[in-house]
Amino acid sequence: MSLSISDIKRIATLARIEVSDAEAEVTLHKLSGILGLIEAMQAVDTTGIVPMSHSQDVTQRLRPDLVTKTDQRALFQSIAPAVEDGLYLVPKVIE
Amino acid sequence: MINNSLKQLGAMLASKQISSVEMTTEFLDRIDQHNPDINAYIALDRERTLAQAAAADARIAAGTAEPLTGIPIAQKDIFVAKGWQTTCGSKMLESFIGPYDAGVIERFDAAGAVNLGKTNMDEFAMGSSNETSYFGGVKNPWDRSRVPGGSSGGSAAAVAARLCAAATGTDTGGSIRQPASLCGFSGLKPTYGLVSRYGMIAFASSLDQAGPMAKSCEDMALMMNVMTGFDARDSTSLQRDKEDYTRGLPAMTGDKPLAGLRVGLPREFFADGLNAQVSSVVQAAIDEYRKLGAEIVAISLPNTRLSIPVYYVLAPAEASSNLSRYDGVRYGYRAPEYTDLMDMYCKSRAQGFGAEVKRRILIGTYVLSAGYYDAYYLKAQQIRRLIADDFAAAFTQCDVIMGPTAPGTAFRSGEKADDPVAMYLEDLYTIAVNLAGLPGMSIPAGFAEVEGKALPVGLQVIGNYFDEARMLDIGHAYQQVTDWHTRMPEGV
Repeated sequence: MSLSISDIKRIATLARIEVSDAEAEVTLHKLSGILGLIEAMQAVDTTGIVPMSHSQDVTQRLRPDLVTKTDQRALFQSIAPAVEDGLYLVPKVIE
Repeated sequence: MINNSLKQLGAMLASKQISSVEMTTEFLDRIDQHNPDINAYIALDRERTLAQAAAADARIAAGTAEPLTGIPIAQKDIFVAKGWQTTCGSKMLESFIGPYDAGVIERFDAAGAVNLGKTNMDEFAMGSSNETSYFGGVKNPWDRSRVPGGSSGGSAAAVAARLCAAATGTDTGGSIRQPASLCGFSGLKPTYGLVSRYGMIAFASSLDQAGPMAKSCEDMALMMNVMTGFDARDSTSLQRDKEDYTRGLPAMTGDKPLAGLRVGLPREFFADGLNAQVSSVVQAAIDEYRKLGAEIVAISLPNTRLSIPVYYVLAPAEASSNLSRYDGVRYGYRAPEYTDLMDMYCKSRAQGFGAEVKRRILIGTYVLSAGYYDAYYLKAQQIRRLIADDFAAAFTQCDVIMGPTAPGTAFRSGEKADDPVAMYLEDLYTIAVNLAGLPGMSIPAGFAEVEGKALPVGLQVIGNYFDEARMLDIGHAYQQVTDWHTRMPEGV
């Protein structure tokens, strides 16, 4: 599986990370090396093997539907990049 | 005092030989003296720390002290702590002040321990040398031209240079054990799910686990008593009865305290890629275990070599999802200039994340993208099961597994920084343990002579699920008959 510059640009857009043309070249080289390492997996026959995500046989817990969190808007907004009247500010998205 | 065990420090506090404020001040002064060079700490807050020490003194005076009350402990900067700068080693979170306490922080606070400061780490715990930190690399106290390992490199250097009584770390692929090996102290990654991940900034959620980093197994047992326990706020936290991890330690004396113990040596851990000096130090440690009564058996973990490719699919995939929260809207870094919302996201993330973090997000995004999921993520999860099955088979032949923690000793700063694949191979012997969710530990086993310097070597001990107490007993037995764990680097 070999990557191209246009793949890097597409992945970067999906990941919401700006990558300049110069950075894309370096990134292509490094990512290709990592994918080469990962490629070793393809030689393994995994037919019928159940994928594993947790080592223990656990199920998702449920909790009573009760209010457990208190309002901490002022505290949380004190570390926000831009707020006004209790709202988070972002560039205009609707004309 | 600085080389004393947690138990000894606790006894000094209990007998009023020293107050927590005095003890904490001594450590803070040592940090002031050595941190400008070693760079183990990112955030210090003398006032806040000493207020906690004063509260601990009041608690000791009132007779309600617990074993760690008043003892200064360093916290890896991955744990959110209320009122503390919490950066995770990233420019993205440089201005982030913790609005709440992580589960681990709460537990140490409740035990009366003193938070000495937040320790340096690879950015978002992605690295094996601490060189990806936005706040600069950390020097290995044994040879300051070398790295301390990573990602818990700041905690590692702080424990090794005695700039704290003990520290916390987190281990996703080896981030407690590899630095413990490279800096010559004891580190334990517990069974996945034993320690709360609440407020522990997420990297790869199915692998991340917090644990103790300390001078001895006895110290780690005391820390495990505080750190472990169910937390409803962590969806993968396990509901189990509380354990006393110190319960077996007193029996680890006498002639052959480990008689009947079967120690498995995986042949794959002693194959190509292992440094010869590391190999002989580890073999000598295993000989010591023979003398303690253990029986040594040969085992095989045939899929070991696949653990690195599997990890470098699963961990970046989970990271790309976890790190999507950093968008410059509600907290964290926002680029100073942008044209629209999309541009704000892309520029904030491009400027706020370092090169290794961006690489892993891109790899993760790629392996999860349309058309590739089955070939990468699903395949990796299937091989993950094969790796876990290898351990299950091995544990029918032995009680614990031993081998090297890392393939070599501490490497020079910059030596592998430009070659991600070479860096990833550092975790060859540790990653499979995370993939299987098993507990793993590194303890000091001796030194290798490298270019005129003595560099520490760690012995890795891997146990079955929930076998931490026995592993700590096994480590403690070794630390009763050896003194590697008491050695300190020069110049600190």
